[in-house]
Amino acid sequence: MMRWLLAGILAVAAPVAARAETIILSLSSHQVRITQTYGGTDLVVFGAILRDRASVARQGPLDIVITARGPAGVFSVRRKVQVGPVWVNLEQRKFGALPATIAVLASRPLDEIAPADLRERYRIGIEALVPRPGFGTSDDVQFRAALLRLRQENGLYAEEDRGVTFIAPDVFRASIPVPATAPVGNYEVTAALLADGVQLAQETTSFEVRKTGFESFVSQSSRDWPWLYGLVTSAIAVAMGLLASVVFRRD
Amino acid sequence: MDIYLPIADMPVSIFLVLGLSAAVGFISGMFGVGGGFLLTPLLIFIGVPAAIAVATVSAQITASSVTGALAYWRRRALDVKLGTILLAGGLIGTVLGVWFFNAMRRLGQLELVIMLSYIVLLGGVGSLMLVESLRALWSTRKGAVPPRKARGAHPWYFGLPFRVRFHRSQIYCSVIPLAALSITIGFLGAVLGIGGGFLIVPALIYLFRVPTAVVVGTSLYQILFTMIAATMLHAVTNYAVDVVLSFLLVLGGVFGAQFGARAGRNLRGEQFRLLLALIVLAVGVRFLVEAVVRPVELYSIGAVEVRQ
Repeated sequence: MMRWLLAGILAVAAPVAARAETIILSLSSHQVRITQTYGGTDLVVFGAILRDRASVARQGPLDIVITARGPAGVFSVRRKVQVGPVWVNLEQRKFGALPATIAVLASRPLDEIAPADLRERYRIGIEALVPRPGFGTSDDVQFRAALLRLRQENGLYAEEDRGVTFIAPDVFRASIPVPATAPVGNYEVTAALLADGVQLAQETTSFEVRKTGFESFVSQSSRDWPWLYGLVTSAIAVAMGLLASVVFRRD
Repeated sequence: MDIYLPIADMPVSIFLVLGLSAAVGFISGMFGVGGGFLLTPLLIFIGVPAAIAVATVSAQITASSVTGALAYWRRRALDVKLGTILLAGGLIGTVLGVWFFNAMRRLGQLELVIMLSYIVLLGGVGSLMLVESLRALWSTRKGAVPPRKARGAHPWYFGLPFRVRFHRSQIYCSVIPLAALSITIGFLGAVLGIGGGFLIVPALIYLFRVPTAVVVGTSLYQILFTMIAATMLHAVTNYAVDVVLSFLLVLGGVFGAQFGARAGRNLRGEQFRLLLALIVLAVGVRFLVEAVVRPVELYSIGAVEVRQ
């Protein structure tokens, strides 16, 4: 299976190379279906680096960084403050248009692949993907740090130093984690090829996380017919209550 | 074994949810409290988003109060007339409560209001009940005859206009204080996301001298209809009712409530009140500890709005 996939990739890509280096990518699936037993999954991404006559011989090793980003969302981060004797969530910062999930997979630790300023420019790594407050106070910096830390603790933002494996000199493989709480929507997968800290090529593909069958029916109904949905939910509750009292009746 | 919740967008362990809801259902059937003040924090603790926990618990309370109310009704321990008056007031209070809820949310002070109300209400009600029931237990142990309700000696508010006779509850009381009580509790219920059973039960026992046996059934009857209304409101206004989660909660809850109602029958009045006082107080203390102890993690992520 894997071998056929690779053969396919190479065959399709052979005539493409117009620039010095190009990447081709293939995902094991373009759809993650949320069913009743869904509890997170992994998607396998295969890729190949193609060179042509224009390619110069590189001294250093080639590096691949794969970034998978979930649908964008608005986050509010809250901070507890002591008011008299009690701790209350009083302060809040909003972060707009951040990916709901981020998975960064690299062939080596990111700081070995490229220096911080270049990673910032190429938007490689979680730090570079979440914009810093431009003229922010130290408070804003703390809120941003807390956001990154909390998302990483939940597994929604993840960075893996050795997540990309070269299975042949120009062929690589990585496994993209899709967390159990990943929201539905479109996920963008970008692979960047770097050598000596310079980006040589980039390629993008995508996959979709969607609810199917029963899960999709329930979430659609709750939005489209909320009155009916509420009635049915209440009716189920009342019916089960009645049923239980019949079943358990002893007197 | 995990199951994916289609509205909460997360997988949960089936047995964990069934276990939690059965335990809370037991307490709910035993004391005639909805159990929302226990189940909602537990669900939030296992990772269910707060809005979905509050909304879905109302469906669970519906089911356990059907079972409980029926059990008490069969034993003729339910005052429909009293319950209906309390229900009418409760619905008015709910509407006012929702309005206040939205106003406080606009001001950004909702968290503070909810936390302080929980501490004051649970702590206050719990302490009062604890002191009273310990005193009652003490005097029974000493062999003293429990002070029977003296005929004719009623609190002043019984004598306000519109007096109604409630046969089953053995009271002859004005509608005005009952309406005031139920509007207040409906209001607090909507703001705090609770059925209000833990407030109505002691209020009927201590303020209105309704026999303990009748109070529980009547409270369950009132909670049943309030919670159906709450489920509908949550489903229509914020699409936050998760039918899969609610099914699991109901399944665990109805079993728990059955056994709870049976266990409650074997409890004497004083023991009943002591246990309920301890439960209410324990939850109040837990909220108090959470509020005053410096939290390990100061930050939290609130709602994440994903654009589709």
